[in-house]
Amino acid sequence: MNSVSVIKTITKRELSGYFASPVAYVFIVIFLLLAGFFTFMAGGFFERNEASLMSFFLWHPWLYLFLVPAVGMRLWSEERRLGTMELLLTMPITPWQAIVGKFLASWLFLALALALTFPVWMTVSYLGSPDHGVVMTSYLGSLLLAGAYLAISCMTSAMTRNQVVSFILSVVLALFLILAGWPPVTKLLDQVSENPRLVETVAAFSVMTHFEGFQKGSLDLRDIVFFAAIIGFSLFTTSIIIRSHRAG
Amino acid sequence: MIKVQNLTKAFGTKLAVNGVSFSVERGEVLGFLGPNGAGKSTSMRMITGFIPPTSGSVTVGGHDIVENPIPAKRLMGYLPENAPSYHDMTVHGFLAFAAELRGLQGDARKRAVNRAVEMCFLEGVLHQSIETLSKGFRHRTCFAQSIIHDPDVLILDEPTDGLDPNQKHEIRTLIRRMGEKKAIIFSTHILEEVESVCSRAIIIDRGRVVANGTPSELKLRSELAGAITFKVVGVSAQDLKDKTSQINGVRKTLVVKDDPSVSTVRIYPSSKPETEALAQSLGQLALREKWVVQDLHIEEGRLDEVFRTITLPETGQEGQK
Repeated sequence: MNSVSVIKTITKRELSGYFASPVAYVFIVIFLLLAGFFTFMAGGFFERNEASLMSFFLWHPWLYLFLVPAVGMRLWSEERRLGTMELLLTMPITPWQAIVGKFLASWLFLALALALTFPVWMTVSYLGSPDHGVVMTSYLGSLLLAGAYLAISCMTSAMTRNQVVSFILSVVLALFLILAGWPPVTKLLDQVSENPRLVETVAAFSVMTHFEGFQKGSLDLRDIVFFAAIIGFSLFTTSIIIRSHRAG
Repeated sequence: MIKVQNLTKAFGTKLAVNGVSFSVERGEVLGFLGPNGAGKSTSMRMITGFIPPTSGSVTVGGHDIVENPIPAKRLMGYLPENAPSYHDMTVHGFLAFAAELRGLQGDARKRAVNRAVEMCFLEGVLHQSIETLSKGFRHRTCFAQSIIHDPDVLILDEPTDGLDPNQKHEIRTLIRRMGEKKAIIFSTHILEEVESVCSRAIIIDRGRVVANGTPSELKLRSELAGAITFKVVGVSAQDLKDKTSQINGVRKTLVVKDDPSVSTVRIYPSSKPETEALAQSLGQLALREKWVVQDLHIEEGRLDEVFRTITLPETGQEGQK
Protein backbone atom coordinates (compact mmCIF):
# COMPACT_ATOMS: atom_id res chain seq x y z
CA MET A 1 0.00 0.00 0.00
CA ASN A 2 1.51 3.31 -0.98
CA SER A 3 2.11 6.33 1.19
CA VAL A 4 -0.62 8.42 -0.34
CA SER A 5 -3.41 5.96 0.32
CA VAL A 6 -2.19 5.40 3.90
CA ILE A 7 -2.21 9.14 4.52
CA LYS A 8 -5.61 9.42 2.89
CA THR A 9 -7.02 6.68 5.12
CA ILE A 10 -5.70 8.34 8.27
CA THR A 11 -6.85 11.78 7.18
CA LYS A 12 -10.32 10.48 6.43
CA ARG A 13 -10.62 8.82 9.83
CA GLU A 14 -9.36 11.84 11.71
CA LEU A 15 -11.62 14.22 9.83
CA SER A 16 -14.69 12.08 10.42
CA GLY A 17 -13.63 11.99 14.08
CA TYR A 18 -14.15 15.76 14.27
CA PHE A 19 -17.62 15.54 12.84
CA ALA A 20 -18.62 12.53 14.92
CA SER A 21 -18.46 14.71 18.02
CA PRO A 22 -19.91 18.17 18.66
CA VAL A 23 -16.36 19.59 18.56
CA ALA A 24 -16.52 20.43 14.87
CA TYR A 25 -19.85 22.24 14.99
CA VAL A 26 -19.06 24.15 18.15
CA PHE A 27 -15.73 25.18 16.71
CA ILE A 28 -17.12 26.37 13.40
CA VAL A 29 -19.90 28.38 15.02
CA ILE A 30 -17.56 30.04 17.50
CA PHE A 31 -14.99 30.72 14.81
CA LEU A 32 -17.54 32.38 12.55
CA LEU A 33 -19.10 34.39 15.38
CA LEU A 34 -15.74 35.66 16.59
CA ALA A 35 -14.51 36.40 13.08
CA GLY A 36 -17.67 38.44 12.50
CA PHE A 37 -17.38 40.23 15.81
CA PHE A 38 -13.77 41.21 15.23
CA THR A 39 -14.37 42.29 11.65
CA PHE A 40 -17.47 44.39 12.16
CA MET A 41 -17.25 45.52 15.79
CA ALA A 42 -13.60 45.62 16.79
CA GLY A 43 -12.12 46.00 13.32
CA GLY A 44 -14.36 48.87 12.27
CA PHE A 45 -15.27 47.36 8.92
CA PHE A 46 -17.76 50.07 8.04
CA GLU A 47 -15.86 52.97 9.60
CA ARG A 48 -12.92 52.23 7.33
CA ASN A 49 -15.05 52.98 4.32
CA GLU A 50 -12.86 50.79 2.11
CA ALA A 51 -13.78 47.90 -0.09
CA SER A 52 -11.23 45.61 1.54
CA LEU A 53 -11.13 42.69 3.96
CA MET A 54 -8.28 44.26 5.95
CA SER A 55 -10.37 44.43 9.12
CA PHE A 56 -11.25 40.76 8.67
CA PHE A 57 -7.78 39.32 8.18
CA LEU A 58 -6.11 41.66 10.65
CA TRP A 59 -7.49 39.65 13.56
CA HIS A 60 -6.69 36.21 12.30
CA PRO A 61 -3.40 35.78 14.18
CA TRP A 62 -5.24 36.56 17.43
CA LEU A 63 -8.28 34.50 16.58
CA TYR A 64 -6.16 31.48 15.69
CA LEU A 65 -4.09 31.92 18.82
CA PHE A 66 -6.81 30.23 20.87
CA LEU A 67 -8.90 28.44 18.31
CA VAL A 68 -6.21 26.49 16.45
CA PRO A 69 -4.70 24.92 19.61
CA ALA A 70 -8.26 23.91 20.52
CA VAL A 71 -8.41 21.92 17.29
CA GLY A 72 -4.89 20.52 17.50
CA MET A 73 -4.60 19.71 21.19
CA ARG A 74 -6.19 16.30 20.91
CA LEU A 75 -4.29 15.08 17.87
CA TRP A 76 -1.69 12.98 19.69
CA SER A 77 -2.53 13.44 23.36
CA GLU A 78 -5.82 11.63 22.80
CA GLU A 79 -4.02 8.78 21.03
CA ARG A 80 -1.69 8.45 23.97
CA ARG A 81 -4.45 8.69 26.56
CA LEU A 82 -6.61 6.06 24.89
CA GLY A 83 -3.66 3.86 23.99
CA THR A 84 -4.66 3.86 20.32
CA MET A 85 -1.20 5.13 19.46
CA GLU A 86 0.03 1.60 20.11
CA LEU A 87 -2.55 0.29 17.69
CA LEU A 88 -1.82 2.89 15.03
CA LEU A 89 1.96 2.56 15.14
CA THR A 90 1.93 -1.24 15.01
CA MET A 91 0.01 -1.09 11.75
CA PRO A 92 2.15 -1.50 8.62
CA ILE A 93 2.64 2.25 8.28
CA THR A 94 5.45 4.65 9.12
CA PRO A 95 5.09 7.21 11.92
CA TRP A 96 5.52 9.92 9.29
CA GLN A 97 2.45 8.82 7.41
CA ALA A 98 0.46 8.97 10.63
CA ILE A 99 1.78 12.42 11.56
CA VAL A 100 1.14 13.89 8.13
CA GLY A 101 -2.28 12.26 7.85
CA LYS A 102 -3.44 13.59 11.19
CA PHE A 103 -2.02 17.04 10.51
CA LEU A 104 -3.69 17.24 7.10
CA ALA A 105 -7.04 16.26 8.58
CA SER A 106 -7.06 19.13 11.07
CA TRP A 107 -5.71 21.51 8.47
CA LEU A 108 -8.50 20.58 6.09
CA PHE A 109 -10.95 21.12 8.90
CA LEU A 110 -9.55 24.62 9.55
CA ALA A 111 -9.66 25.29 5.82
CA LEU A 112 -13.33 24.39 5.84
CA ALA A 113 -14.01 26.77 8.73
CA LEU A 114 -12.09 29.49 6.90
CA ALA A 115 -13.96 28.83 3.67
CA LEU A 116 -17.24 29.29 5.52
CA THR A 117 -16.33 32.95 6.04
CA PHE A 118 -17.14 33.53 2.34
CA PRO A 119 -20.17 35.73 3.14
CA VAL A 120 -17.74 38.42 4.31
CA TRP A 121 -16.13 38.38 0.88
CA MET A 122 -19.57 38.49 -0.74
CA THR A 123 -20.59 41.40 1.46
CA VAL A 124 -17.57 43.44 0.54
CA SER A 125 -18.01 42.61 -3.15
CA TYR A 126 -21.63 43.70 -2.92
CA LEU A 127 -20.79 46.97 -1.19
CA GLY A 128 -17.86 47.89 -3.37
CA SER A 129 -15.26 46.46 -5.66
CA PRO A 130 -12.43 44.98 -3.62
CA ASP A 131 -9.18 43.77 -5.14
CA HIS A 132 -9.98 40.07 -5.43
CA GLY A 133 -6.31 39.20 -5.85
CA VAL A 134 -5.55 40.70 -2.46
CA VAL A 135 -8.44 38.79 -0.88
CA MET A 136 -7.15 35.56 -2.37
CA THR A 137 -3.57 36.02 -1.19
CA SER A 138 -4.94 37.02 2.22
CA TYR A 139 -6.93 33.80 2.40
CA LEU A 140 -3.84 31.84 1.39
CA GLY A 141 -1.79 33.63 4.06
CA SER A 142 -4.46 32.97 6.65
CA LEU A 143 -4.50 29.28 5.75
CA LEU A 144 -0.71 29.05 6.02
CA LEU A 145 -0.85 30.87 9.35
CA ALA A 146 -3.41 28.38 10.64
CA GLY A 147 -1.22 25.54 9.38
CA ALA A 148 1.79 26.90 11.25
CA TYR A 149 -0.12 27.18 14.53
CA LEU A 150 -1.62 23.78 13.96
CA ALA A 151 1.78 22.15 13.43
CA ILE A 152 2.89 23.69 16.72
CA SER A 153 -0.21 22.29 18.47
CA CYS A 154 0.52 18.94 16.90
CA MET A 155 3.99 19.04 18.44
CA THR A 156 2.79 20.06 21.91
CA SER A 157 0.04 17.45 21.85
CA ALA A 158 2.66 14.76 21.23
CA MET A 159 4.46 15.92 24.38
CA THR A 160 1.69 15.11 26.82
CA ARG A 161 -1.37 12.95 27.29
CA ASN A 162 -3.11 15.90 28.93
CA GLN A 163 -5.02 18.03 26.44
CA VAL A 164 -5.08 21.10 28.70
CA VAL A 165 -1.30 21.11 29.05
CA SER A 166 -1.00 20.65 25.31
CA PHE A 167 -3.38 23.58 24.71
CA ILE A 168 -1.56 25.96 27.04
CA LEU A 169 1.86 25.08 25.66
CA SER A 170 0.84 25.70 22.11
CA VAL A 171 -0.91 28.98 22.97
CA VAL A 172 2.28 30.19 24.63
CA LEU A 173 4.44 29.18 21.66
CA ALA A 174 2.04 30.77 19.19
CA LEU A 175 1.85 33.89 21.32
CA PHE A 176 5.61 34.18 21.16
CA LEU A 177 5.46 33.99 17.37
CA ILE A 178 2.92 36.82 17.36
CA LEU A 179 4.58 39.06 19.90
CA ALA A 180 8.02 38.89 18.28
CA GLY A 181 6.73 41.05 15.46
CA TRP A 182 3.90 42.93 17.15
CA PRO A 183 4.47 46.69 16.83
CA PRO A 184 4.34 47.45 20.61
CA VAL A 185 7.01 44.81 21.21
CA THR A 186 9.24 45.77 18.29
CA LYS A 187 9.07 49.39 19.40
CA LEU A 188 10.06 48.42 22.91
CA LEU A 189 12.98 46.35 21.59
CA ASP A 190 13.99 49.31 19.43
CA GLN A 191 14.23 51.54 22.47
CA VAL A 192 16.13 49.03 24.55
CA SER A 193 18.60 47.88 21.95
CA GLU A 194 21.10 50.00 20.05
CA ASN A 195 21.38 47.42 17.34
CA PRO A 196 18.56 47.67 14.76
CA ARG A 197 19.47 44.25 13.38
CA LEU A 198 18.42 42.60 16.62
CA VAL A 199 14.91 43.94 16.24
CA GLU A 200 14.87 42.81 12.64
CA THR A 201 16.06 39.33 13.52
CA VAL A 202 13.49 38.90 16.27
CA ALA A 203 10.74 40.30 14.09
CA ALA A 204 11.73 37.91 11.32
CA PHE A 205 10.55 35.05 13.55
CA SER A 206 7.13 36.55 13.87
CA VAL A 207 4.09 35.36 11.99
CA MET A 208 2.87 38.98 11.98
CA THR A 209 5.70 40.14 9.77
CA HIS A 210 5.15 37.31 7.32
CA PHE A 211 1.37 37.47 7.35
CA GLU A 212 1.47 41.18 6.51
CA GLY A 213 2.78 40.59 2.99
CA PHE A 214 -0.15 38.32 2.11
CA GLN A 215 -2.61 40.93 3.38
CA LYS A 216 -1.09 43.47 1.01
CA GLY A 217 -1.54 41.13 -1.89
CA SER A 218 2.09 40.17 -2.40
CA LEU A 219 3.14 36.55 -2.69
CA ASP A 220 6.68 36.60 -1.37
CA LEU A 221 8.46 33.28 -1.56
CA ARG A 222 10.22 34.06 1.73
CA ASP A 223 6.89 34.33 3.53
CA ILE A 224 5.69 31.05 2.08
CA VAL A 225 8.98 29.40 3.00
CA PHE A 226 8.69 30.80 6.52
CA PHE A 227 5.32 29.16 7.16
CA ALA A 228 6.33 25.97 5.38
CA ALA A 229 9.45 25.87 7.56
CA ILE A 230 7.45 26.21 10.77
CA ILE A 231 5.16 23.41 9.66
CA GLY A 232 8.03 21.20 8.57
CA PHE A 233 10.07 21.81 11.70
CA SER A 234 7.14 21.25 14.07
CA LEU A 235 6.08 18.04 12.38
CA PHE A 236 9.66 16.80 12.37
CA THR A 237 9.89 17.55 16.10
CA THR A 238 6.60 15.71 16.57
CA SER A 239 8.14 12.61 15.00
CA ILE A 240 11.17 12.88 17.30
CA ILE A 241 8.98 13.28 20.38
CA ILE A 242 6.90 10.25 19.40
CA ARG A 243 10.00 8.19 18.75
CA SER A 244 11.54 9.14 22.08
CA HIS A 245 8.35 8.19 23.93
CA ARG A 246 8.41 4.80 22.32
CA ALA A 247 12.10 4.35 23.08
CA GLY A 248 11.24 4.91 26.77
CA MET B 1 7.57 -17.55 12.29
CA ILE B 2 8.64 -15.52 15.30
CA LYS B 3 12.22 -15.57 16.50
CA VAL B 4 13.16 -13.62 19.60
CA GLN B 5 16.82 -13.49 20.48
CA ASN B 6 18.32 -12.01 23.63
CA LEU B 7 15.64 -9.38 23.75
CA THR B 8 16.47 -6.70 26.32
CA LYS B 9 14.77 -3.48 27.27
CA ALA B 10 16.07 -1.00 29.82
CA PHE B 11 14.00 1.87 31.17
CA GLY B 12 16.67 4.04 32.73
CA THR B 13 18.71 1.65 34.85
CA LYS B 14 15.87 -0.80 35.33
CA LEU B 15 15.86 -3.84 33.08
CA ALA B 16 12.23 -4.50 32.20
CA VAL B 17 13.13 -7.36 29.88
CA ASN B 18 16.46 -9.11 30.26
CA GLY B 19 17.78 -11.44 27.59
CA VAL B 20 14.56 -13.15 26.57
CA SER B 21 14.88 -15.72 23.76
CA PHE B 22 12.32 -18.07 22.28
CA SER B 23 10.71 -18.92 18.98
CA VAL B 24 7.21 -19.74 17.87
CA GLU B 25 6.39 -21.77 14.76
CA ARG B 26 3.21 -21.95 12.73
CA GLY B 27 0.65 -24.16 14.44
CA GLU B 28 1.85 -23.23 17.90
CA VAL B 29 0.03 -21.28 20.58
CA LEU B 30 2.51 -19.88 23.06
CA GLY B 31 1.21 -18.81 26.45
CA PHE B 32 3.08 -15.96 28.02
CA LEU B 33 2.82 -16.14 31.80
CA GLY B 34 4.20 -14.05 34.56
CA PRO B 35 3.29 -11.86 37.50
CA ASN B 36 2.31 -8.23 36.92
CA GLY B 37 5.28 -6.12 35.88
CA ALA B 38 7.31 -9.16 34.82
CA GLY B 39 7.88 -7.71 31.35
CA LYS B 40 5.18 -9.47 29.35
CA SER B 41 3.66 -6.38 27.81
CA THR B 42 7.03 -4.78 27.21
CA SER B 43 8.18 -7.91 25.35
CA MET B 44 5.04 -7.90 23.23
CA ARG B 45 5.46 -4.23 22.44
CA MET B 46 8.96 -4.94 21.20
CA ILE B 47 7.83 -7.93 19.15
CA THR B 48 5.14 -5.85 17.44
CA GLY B 49 7.55 -3.01 16.80
CA PHE B 50 5.85 -0.44 19.00
CA ILE B 51 8.96 0.14 21.09
CA PRO B 52 12.50 -0.56 19.93
CA PRO B 53 14.56 -3.04 21.98
CA THR B 54 17.65 -1.83 23.86
CA SER B 55 19.45 -4.87 22.49
CA GLY B 56 18.62 -8.20 20.94
CA SER B 57 16.49 -8.89 17.91
CA VAL B 58 13.03 -9.94 16.81
CA THR B 59 12.30 -11.40 13.40
CA VAL B 60 8.82 -12.14 12.15
CA GLY B 61 8.57 -14.31 9.06
CA GLY B 62 12.25 -13.60 8.44
CA HIS B 63 11.87 -9.81 8.59
CA ASP B 64 13.70 -7.95 11.35
CA ILE B 65 11.20 -5.73 13.16
CA VAL B 66 13.69 -2.87 13.55
CA GLU B 67 15.42 -3.04 10.17
CA ASN B 68 12.41 -3.93 8.10
CA PRO B 69 9.32 -3.04 10.10
CA ILE B 70 6.66 -2.73 7.41
CA PRO B 71 6.79 -6.27 5.98
CA ALA B 72 7.11 -7.69 9.50
CA LYS B 73 4.10 -5.69 10.73
CA ARG B 74 2.09 -6.80 7.73
CA LEU B 75 2.32 -10.41 8.90
CA MET B 76 1.15 -9.58 12.40
CA GLY B 77 -2.11 -8.85 14.11
CA TYR B 78 -1.87 -7.24 17.51
CA LEU B 79 -4.28 -6.85 20.40
CA PRO B 80 -2.63 -4.41 22.84
CA GLU B 81 -3.26 -4.51 26.57
CA ASN B 82 -6.61 -2.94 27.54
CA ALA B 83 -7.81 -3.29 23.93
CA PRO B 84 -7.71 0.37 22.85
CA SER B 85 -9.98 1.68 20.09
CA TYR B 86 -11.21 5.00 18.74
CA HIS B 87 -14.25 5.71 20.88
CA ASP B 88 -15.78 8.20 18.46
CA MET B 89 -16.07 5.59 15.69
CA THR B 90 -18.66 2.92 15.09
CA VAL B 91 -17.57 -0.72 15.23
CA HIS B 92 -17.95 -0.98 11.48
CA GLY B 93 -16.05 2.27 10.85
CA PHE B 94 -13.22 1.17 13.10
CA LEU B 95 -12.85 -2.24 11.47
CA ALA B 96 -13.03 -0.73 7.98
CA PHE B 97 -10.30 1.72 8.99
CA ALA B 98 -8.09 -1.11 10.27
CA ALA B 99 -8.71 -3.09 7.09
CA GLU B 100 -7.79 -0.12 4.93
CA LEU B 101 -4.55 0.44 6.82
CA ARG B 102 -3.84 -3.23 6.19
CA GLY B 103 -4.15 -2.48 2.48
CA LEU B 104 -7.56 -4.05 1.95
CA GLN B 105 -9.90 -2.16 -0.33
CA GLY B 106 -13.26 -2.45 -1.97
CA ASP B 107 -14.72 -5.97 -1.92
CA ALA B 108 -11.73 -7.45 -0.12
CA ARG B 109 -12.24 -4.94 2.67
CA LYS B 110 -15.93 -5.72 2.92
CA ARG B 111 -15.26 -9.45 3.09
CA ALA B 112 -12.54 -8.99 5.73
CA VAL B 113 -14.80 -6.87 7.92
CA ASN B 114 -17.69 -9.31 7.60
CA ARG B 115 -15.48 -12.26 8.45
CA ALA B 116 -14.02 -10.58 11.56
CA VAL B 117 -17.46 -9.40 12.68
CA GLU B 118 -18.80 -12.92 12.37
CA MET B 119 -15.88 -14.52 14.20
CA CYS B 120 -16.13 -12.08 17.09
CA PHE B 121 -19.95 -11.98 17.32
CA LEU B 122 -20.22 -8.25 16.69
CA GLU B 123 -23.23 -8.22 14.32
CA GLY B 124 -25.53 -6.74 16.95
CA VAL B 125 -23.42 -3.66 17.62
CA LEU B 126 -22.00 -3.09 14.16
CA HIS B 127 -23.32 0.44 13.75
CA GLN B 128 -23.08 1.49 17.37
CA SER B 129 -20.43 3.97 18.42
CA ILE B 130 -17.66 2.27 20.40
CA GLU B 131 -17.96 4.58 23.41
CA THR B 132 -21.49 3.28 24.05
CA LEU B 133 -20.34 -0.34 24.18
CA SER B 134 -19.65 -2.47 27.23
CA LYS B 135 -16.13 -3.54 28.03
CA GLY B 136 -16.62 -6.99 26.56
CA PHE B 137 -17.76 -5.64 23.21
CA ARG B 138 -14.94 -3.10 23.10
CA HIS B 139 -12.52 -5.89 23.77
CA ARG B 140 -13.93 -8.02 21.02
CA THR B 141 -13.92 -5.07 18.63
CA CYS B 142 -10.21 -4.62 19.18
CA PHE B 143 -9.71 -8.36 18.87
CA ALA B 144 -11.59 -8.29 15.55
CA GLN B 145 -9.21 -5.57 14.40
CA SER B 146 -6.23 -7.83 15.09
CA ILE B 147 -7.55 -10.67 12.90
CA ILE B 148 -9.02 -8.50 10.17
CA HIS B 149 -6.33 -9.35 7.63
CA ASP B 150 -6.15 -13.02 8.61
CA PRO B 151 -2.53 -12.65 9.74
CA ASP B 152 -0.03 -15.49 10.03
CA VAL B 153 1.13 -14.19 13.38
CA LEU B 154 -1.07 -13.05 16.23
CA ILE B 155 0.16 -11.23 19.31
CA LEU B 156 -2.53 -10.96 21.97
CA ASP B 157 -1.93 -9.13 25.22
CA GLU B 158 -4.42 -10.49 27.76
CA PRO B 159 -7.14 -11.30 25.23
CA THR B 160 -9.64 -12.52 27.83
CA ASP B 161 -9.12 -9.80 30.40
CA GLY B 162 -12.40 -8.30 31.58
CA LEU B 163 -14.65 -10.73 29.72
CA ASP B 164 -17.41 -12.78 31.29
CA PRO B 165 -17.00 -16.57 31.47
CA ASN B 166 -18.96 -17.20 28.26
CA GLN B 167 -17.00 -14.64 26.31
CA LYS B 168 -13.77 -16.04 27.72
CA HIS B 169 -14.78 -19.44 26.50
CA GLU B 170 -15.57 -18.10 23.01
CA ILE B 171 -12.28 -16.27 22.69
CA ARG B 172 -10.33 -19.32 23.90
CA THR B 173 -12.06 -21.53 21.38
CA LEU B 174 -11.27 -19.00 18.70
CA ILE B 175 -7.60 -18.83 19.67
CA ARG B 176 -7.30 -22.61 19.78
CA ARG B 177 -8.90 -22.92 16.36
CA MET B 178 -6.74 -20.23 14.79
CA GLY B 179 -3.66 -21.68 16.46
CA GLU B 180 -3.80 -24.65 14.11
CA LYS B 181 -2.73 -22.50 11.19
CA LYS B 182 -1.04 -19.49 12.76
CA ALA B 183 1.74 -18.67 15.17
CA ILE B 184 0.13 -17.12 18.25
CA ILE B 185 1.57 -15.56 21.36
CA PHE B 186 -0.80 -14.58 24.09
CA SER B 187 -0.29 -13.40 27.60
CA THR B 188 -2.55 -14.15 30.51
CA HIS B 189 -2.84 -14.38 34.26
CA ILE B 190 -5.31 -17.19 34.07
CA LEU B 191 -3.53 -20.51 34.37
CA GLU B 192 -6.43 -22.70 33.34
CA GLU B 193 -6.40 -20.79 30.07
CA VAL B 194 -2.86 -21.91 29.42
CA GLU B 195 -3.81 -25.53 29.98
CA SER B 196 -6.82 -25.34 27.70
CA VAL B 197 -5.36 -23.29 24.85
CA CYS B 198 -1.57 -23.37 24.69
CA SER B 199 0.67 -25.87 23.04
CA ARG B 200 3.59 -24.35 24.92
CA ALA B 201 4.04 -21.91 27.78
CA ILE B 202 6.75 -19.55 28.92
CA ILE B 203 6.92 -18.17 32.41
CA ILE B 204 8.65 -14.85 32.64
CA ASP B 205 9.67 -13.20 35.90
CA ARG B 206 11.51 -9.95 36.47
CA GLY B 207 12.36 -9.75 32.79
CA ARG B 208 13.76 -13.28 32.45
CA VAL B 209 12.39 -16.51 31.06
CA VAL B 210 12.26 -18.85 34.05
CA ALA B 211 10.40 -21.76 32.48
CA ASN B 212 9.62 -22.92 28.95
CA GLY B 213 7.73 -26.08 28.06
CA THR B 214 4.39 -27.67 27.29
CA PRO B 215 1.76 -27.20 30.00
CA SER B 216 2.11 -30.87 31.07
CA GLU B 217 5.90 -30.56 31.24
CA LEU B 218 5.55 -27.50 33.40
CA LYS B 219 3.05 -29.22 35.63
CA LEU B 220 5.52 -32.03 36.23
CA ARG B 221 7.71 -29.49 37.97
CA SER B 222 5.05 -29.10 40.60
CA GLU B 223 5.64 -30.83 43.95
CA LEU B 224 2.22 -32.35 43.68
CA ALA B 225 2.91 -33.97 40.31
CA GLY B 226 3.19 -37.75 40.70
CA ALA B 227 1.64 -37.84 44.14
CA ILE B 228 -1.19 -40.31 44.65
CA THR B 229 -4.43 -39.30 46.24
CA PHE B 230 -6.04 -42.21 48.06
CA LYS B 231 -9.54 -42.14 49.52
CA VAL B 232 -10.80 -45.06 51.57
CA VAL B 233 -14.15 -45.60 53.28
CA GLY B 234 -14.31 -46.56 56.94
CA VAL B 235 -10.62 -46.60 57.81
CA SER B 236 -9.00 -44.00 60.08
CA ALA B 237 -6.51 -41.68 58.46
CA GLN B 238 -3.81 -42.70 60.92
CA ASP B 239 -4.27 -46.35 60.01
CA LEU B 240 -4.06 -45.49 56.30
CA LYS B 241 -0.94 -43.49 56.86
CA ASP B 242 0.83 -46.20 58.86
CA LYS B 243 0.04 -48.98 56.40
CA THR B 244 0.89 -47.06 53.24
CA SER B 245 4.15 -45.72 54.65
CA GLN B 246 5.48 -49.29 54.79
CA ILE B 247 5.21 -49.79 51.04
CA ASN B 248 8.50 -49.61 49.12
CA GLY B 249 9.11 -46.37 47.28
CA VAL B 250 6.98 -44.17 49.48
CA ARG B 251 8.72 -40.99 50.50
CA LYS B 252 6.03 -39.64 52.74
CA THR B 253 2.32 -39.80 53.35
CA LEU B 254 0.28 -36.76 54.25
CA VAL B 255 -3.19 -36.79 55.73
CA VAL B 256 -5.46 -34.61 53.61
CA LYS B 257 -8.73 -35.26 55.38
CA ASP B 258 -9.33 -37.19 58.55
CA ASP B 259 -12.95 -38.20 58.60
CA PRO B 260 -14.19 -41.42 60.34
CA SER B 261 -16.35 -42.30 57.32
CA VAL B 262 -13.99 -41.40 54.44
CA SER B 263 -10.30 -40.64 54.99
CA THR B 264 -8.05 -39.12 52.39
CA VAL B 265 -4.27 -39.33 52.29
CA ARG B 266 -1.75 -38.19 49.73
CA ILE B 267 1.22 -40.43 49.09
CA TYR B 268 4.41 -39.03 47.60
CA PRO B 269 6.70 -41.46 45.76
CA SER B 270 10.45 -41.27 46.38
CA SER B 271 10.89 -40.52 42.68
CA LYS B 272 8.34 -39.50 40.05
CA PRO B 273 8.90 -42.40 37.58
CA GLU B 274 7.93 -44.86 40.34
CA THR B 275 4.49 -43.39 40.67
CA GLU B 276 2.70 -45.93 38.51
CA ALA B 277 4.28 -48.91 40.23
CA LEU B 278 3.35 -47.37 43.52
CA ALA B 279 -0.25 -46.97 42.46
CA GLN B 280 -0.36 -50.70 41.69
CA SER B 281 1.10 -51.56 45.10
CA LEU B 282 -1.56 -49.41 46.70
CA GLY B 283 -4.24 -51.30 44.84
CA GLN B 284 -2.83 -54.61 46.05
CA LEU B 285 -2.63 -53.27 49.59
CA ALA B 286 -6.29 -52.31 49.43
CA LEU B 287 -7.17 -55.80 48.21
CA ARG B 288 -5.26 -57.44 51.06
CA GLU B 289 -6.78 -55.18 53.68
CA LYS B 290 -10.24 -55.41 52.06
CA TRP B 291 -10.53 -51.63 51.99
CA VAL B 292 -13.39 -49.99 50.14
CA VAL B 293 -11.56 -47.56 47.89
CA GLN B 294 -13.47 -44.50 46.79
CA ASP B 295 -10.70 -42.81 44.84
CA LEU B 296 -7.16 -43.61 43.77
CA HIS B 297 -5.55 -41.31 41.28
CA ILE B 298 -2.20 -39.86 40.27
CA GLU B 299 -1.98 -36.07 40.50
CA GLU B 300 -0.86 -34.27 37.33
CA GLY B 301 0.48 -31.36 39.25
CA ARG B 302 -0.88 -27.88 39.27
CA LEU B 303 0.27 -25.01 37.15
CA ASP B 304 -0.52 -22.40 39.76
CA GLU B 305 1.74 -24.18 42.22
CA VAL B 306 4.57 -24.25 39.66
CA PHE B 307 3.90 -20.61 38.88
CA ARG B 308 4.12 -19.64 42.55
CA THR B 309 7.25 -21.59 43.34
CA ILE B 310 9.02 -20.28 40.23
CA THR B 311 8.06 -16.65 40.47
CA LEU B 312 8.13 -16.26 44.24
CA PRO B 313 11.16 -18.21 45.40
CA GLU B 314 11.49 -16.39 48.74
CA THR B 315 7.96 -16.83 49.98
CA GLY B 316 7.87 -20.33 48.49
CA GLN B 317 10.71 -21.41 50.79
CA GLU B 318 9.19 -19.71 53.79
CA GLY B 319 5.96 -21.52 53.12
CA GLN B 320 7.74 -24.86 53.20
CA LYS B 321 9.40 -24.18 56.53
